[in-house]
Amino acid sequence: MSEAKIIDARDTFCPGPLMELISYMKRANVGDELELLSTDKGSVNDVPEWIAKVGHELISSEQVGNVWHIKVRKTK
Amino acid sequence: MKILVVGGGTAGTIVANNLARRLTAETRSGKVHLTMLSASDRHMYQPGLLYVAFGQMTPDQLYRDQASLLEPTIDFYVDPVKKFMLDKNQVMTEGGKIHNYDILVIATGSRIVPDETPGLTEGAEFFYTEESAVKLYKRLREFQGGRVAVAIGVPHKCPVAPVELMFSLHDYFKARGIRDKVHLKYYYPIGRIHTIEAVAKWAKPEFDSLGIEYETLFNIKEVDAKNKIVKSEEGIDVEYDLLIVVPQHRGMEVIERDNLGEGGWIPTDRHSLAMKGHDNVYVVGDTTNLPVSKTGSAAHFQAEVLAENIASIVKIGAPVRDYDGKIYCFIEAGRDRATYSMFDYETPPDLKPPSKPMHWFKLSYNQMYWTSVRGLL
Repeated sequence: MSEAKIIDARDTFCPGPLMELISYMKRANVGDELELLSTDKGSVNDVPEWIAKVGHELISSEQVGNVWHIKVRKTK
Repeated sequence: MKILVVGGGTAGTIVANNLARRLTAETRSGKVHLTMLSASDRHMYQPGLLYVAFGQMTPDQLYRDQASLLEPTIDFYVDPVKKFMLDKNQVMTEGGKIHNYDILVIATGSRIVPDETPGLTEGAEFFYTEESAVKLYKRLREFQGGRVAVAIGVPHKCPVAPVELMFSLHDYFKARGIRDKVHLKYYYPIGRIHTIEAVAKWAKPEFDSLGIEYETLFNIKEVDAKNKIVKSEEGIDVEYDLLIVVPQHRGMEVIERDNLGEGGWIPTDRHSLAMKGHDNVYVVGDTTNLPVSKTGSAAHFQAEVLAENIASIVKIGAPVRDYDGKIYCFIEAGRDRATYSMFDYETPPDLKPPSKPMHWFKLSYNQMYWTSVRGLL
């Protein structure tokens, strides 16, 4: 498995971390891992909510300092 | 020193004009040569397309001759780049000419790619080109009632356009006396009705009071034009009578073809605006991969910083400023009210209540843009 592609969406209000993730997800291949970096604590909830609704896979979510690292896999 | 600006949109034009003024003595003495390459001899005020879609502007009002906007010390060619040869500090144009540079500014912008969503071109209207905005206006004019669905592709230029569109639709149908016959519904990609939290908090009660319905977590997967159904990645099917979309965007083809950036977005340092891995190549406006709005406002503020830095590099050998993520966006809240959103990397947007004076300011800015893009404002 290749390394997760990092999406640096720290310190951004528009288009915002989830919108950045959706944008990258559209270009990713099935099976690709993406790691979203966000300083928006709302990402902890809104990213898993979208991932679950679409049916992608949430691999992990952890806070390091003031940055949330949310790793997902494209499944379809 | 040869400075080459590729792209004659908002970002490229402001960079070039700003540089020309800062480096007047250097260009006159021949120490600095400023060149711009663009795909068009015309410059479009793109925010005006929304007004065209509602019959408030005509397309001819959106354009100026590009050459008329540029300082006379800028060598301007309508000859877009066919190939970037960054290892040689050269570009080759569609016309076959080679341009050498010491500093390169890439401002090629973005494009809509409706064909990447199955059925979208056949089944939906949009307003991000002159032709499509006029077509949408004609569709709206003949529309007598039914279900209007508005859905949003990702990524897209001008993130406030979707809410502006909804307010404009409401006011347009109300003015025609058929608002009660129109079911207006808005479908948005993330879990609230706008990506900027302050805009979402403001727009939600406004939508509620105007009878504009909404559904969130809706990303367009495909359109069944024959049966008039738009389907989402999240598994929702929506029937419509008129579908209006903000289409998905990409960067320009040459950027992808030359492997400068995935999706046509070039990896860019968020403060210096330098292309990652290249000290003498800078990126501004929509072309960057920065997590900031793809808007004329971001292009404007980035261009000012970059021009000041390049001029300083010429004069003292070092840049003097960082781009701080600054963006200022007008938000039209219908035909006679507007507000604005201002923020940067550190400061979240703080929305003010919409007002008529702010709408008048926006209407004024529609004309002031031509001063702005000349680098005067």
